[in-house]
Amino acid sequence: MFWQLELILFIFLLITALIALESKDLLVAAVMLTLFSFLMALLFTTMGAVDVGFTEAVVGAGVTGILLIVAIYQTTYKTED
Amino acid sequence: MTNRSPSPIILLGTRFLSPYIMVFGFYVIFHGHYSPGGGFQGGTLLAVSLLLIRIASGTQIANLQFKDYLATPYAALGVVIYFGTGLVAMIMGGYFLDYEQLPIPGLEAADLRYWGILIIELGIGLTVMTVLTLIYDNMVKGEDYA
Repeated sequence: MFWQLELILFIFLLITALIALESKDLLVAAVMLTLFSFLMALLFTTMGAVDVGFTEAVVGAGVTGILLIVAIYQTTYKTED
Repeated sequence: MTNRSPSPIILLGTRFLSPYIMVFGFYVIFHGHYSPGGGFQGGTLLAVSLLLIRIASGTQIANLQFKDYLATPYAALGVVIYFGTGLVAMIMGGYFLDYEQLPIPGLEAADLRYWGILIIELGIGLTVMTVLTLIYDNMVKGEDYA
């Protein structure tokens, strides 16, 4: 693949990871983790691992986001630290 | 989930989207032996199509699609399909999951491998779908959802 496209994906990967770490609102962090998983799936696909990317897209961007949002609904929205 | 203000737009949108995700999940399962994907990915897609209805509308509407007490028997049925296929091949004289020994008449060895992989992937997909739905149902249980 084009290295420029992979560079853009890596930059967005870093941005989403930093937002998910630093955000005070846990719902924002959950959505950013979902975006992280989707960008990771795109990167796996550009590296040629289509099966791994498919699994990452389905599990990381699909089910994990739903389960994280359910966990947030059961507890609290804001972090303490 | 917490369905304080039920929105008919969200309900209609998820009801429109859910069958298409389910059809894609079946596509991934049935094409799993010669393309990316397989039982786990297809089963997860089926579970996502069930969880979408569950997270958008409460349990009453979601139970019309998939009853929550059916999750555990179907998960056990998927495991039985997987190990039953393997053990039938073992009883017929081969190794565990040796698809060539399956007692299906009128098929050659290559066709037997083809159908054997399809059967165990159906079992895997059934188990993955129901167990992920079960995890969601147990996470929201105890809360007044819808």
